[in-house]
Amino acid sequence: MTVPIWITLLNIFGILAAAVLLAALLTWGERRLLGLWQDRPGPNRVGPFGLLQVVADMIKLFFKEDFVPRFADVPVFILAPAVVMATMLLSFAVLPISPTIGVIDLNIGLLFILAMSSMAVYSVILGGYASNNKYALLGGLRAAAQTVSYEVFMGLSLMGVVMLSGSFNLREIVSAQQDGWYLLPQFIGFVVFFIAGIAESHRLPFDLPEAEHELTAGFHTEYSGMKFGIFFVGEYLSVILISALITTLFLGGWLGPWLPPLVWFSLKTAFLVLLFILLRAALPRPRYDQLMQFGWKVMLPLSLLNLLVTAGALLWIG
Amino acid sequence: MTAVIFYISAATATVATAMVISSRNAVHALLHLIVSLLAIAVIFTLYGAPFAAALEVIVYAGAIMVLMIFVIMMLNQGDAAVDQEKAWLAPKNWYGPALLTAILLVQLLLLIFSGAEESAQRIHYIGPTEVGIALFSHYILAVELASMLLLAGLVGAFHLARHKRIETSEAPDAD
Repeated sequence: MTVPIWITLLNIFGILAAAVLLAALLTWGERRLLGLWQDRPGPNRVGPFGLLQVVADMIKLFFKEDFVPRFADVPVFILAPAVVMATMLLSFAVLPISPTIGVIDLNIGLLFILAMSSMAVYSVILGGYASNNKYALLGGLRAAAQTVSYEVFMGLSLMGVVMLSGSFNLREIVSAQQDGWYLLPQFIGFVVFFIAGIAESHRLPFDLPEAEHELTAGFHTEYSGMKFGIFFVGEYLSVILISALITTLFLGGWLGPWLPPLVWFSLKTAFLVLLFILLRAALPRPRYDQLMQFGWKVMLPLSLLNLLVTAGALLWIG
Repeated sequence: MTAVIFYISAATATVATAMVISSRNAVHALLHLIVSLLAIAVIFTLYGAPFAAALEVIVYAGAIMVLMIFVIMMLNQGDAAVDQEKAWLAPKNWYGPALLTAILLVQLLLLIFSGAEESAQRIHYIGPTEVGIALFSHYILAVELASMLLLAGLVGAFHLARHKRIETSEAPDAD
């Protein structure tokens, strides 16, 4: 454990910068891809391929009026967007990106990420509460119910992986997949985690907390300027985080032939992010009660069954 | 280093807990409670129990507090509740609790200074495996009792929330 200090610092700031930049870039990437799938160009005016659209959006958001409604609960209103950013970026600290890249090798890394994602709920709830607005409140209530219920299956679906690898340490989980990815033995876990991940990051088709056809913009109705921007970037950060986590847990992380580890990790994560966006383009939004029923009546039994079968098989093999 | 972090998080926890009691707005009080729980999680990590710390954040700060905020948001009482709370926090209501806590404080100080300070220096790492083994050997009875209690709660909640079969066209989707 004698890593020079500058490598540690490079790791910390490199991952921080990469995560934020990629999340910002993903706002452009998503719009381009949606455009591709919907037979239209998407943003292509600013810079090559519209790549500088992000910069233009950012300049716009920074120069907008930073409006705080006078009926809002001001400290909580300001705290809410900060929470999502902080928790998401903290989660990136324990992600093992390659054998040498990664900020901290935490023994309970997986639990740490689950803890951070359960803290991220507050951003949405508090945003909805502090706005003191009916739409925002409804969005916040939905977010609270949705996230709390999907968190249950999210945790349970991962326990199969933990049982197989015998560790909460993300690096050890990756190393345990030398002989084969957990995608096959834990396929149910993978599916449940993927769906729960969509619900956790409030992405379409599970973006009921901000469903614009019924709730204006849900919990961030009253937010404008960069505060809205932070919510927005936080959502993309969580998409990247969930994709990276699935890569680590089910797709063997950085493991792969020929190419260097970093490239494998990025390729797998990028593929999953692509899948997230494709789902958004392809699926309609369910009704809220359908969402909750699906969660408790399909996902929970499935993840419990997966847990039971995995434990039984492990005992059988010995 | 450890001592410095300990005192910072202990002070955070104490101040936050005081704010929980004296805060007039219910949501602000809960936010302070979350801060207090997080500070205690830091102390747990510091003294070799990261698993307990993670569970504290996931279960207490993450799940239970969310449910409390959920209920408060659902009731959404607004300014009336703040006024009511202000009336309850009048100085004359502080005497009784202050006296009781003072007695507890004296007891605590007596215990601390009576030399019960063994093994405070040794940090003993307790990982997930140790917690699991302890839960399912030494504390198995408590685990089973808790599971029965939770099952009773679950059945009760299910009974309360059960759909009465009403013969209307607007039934939720069949399954």
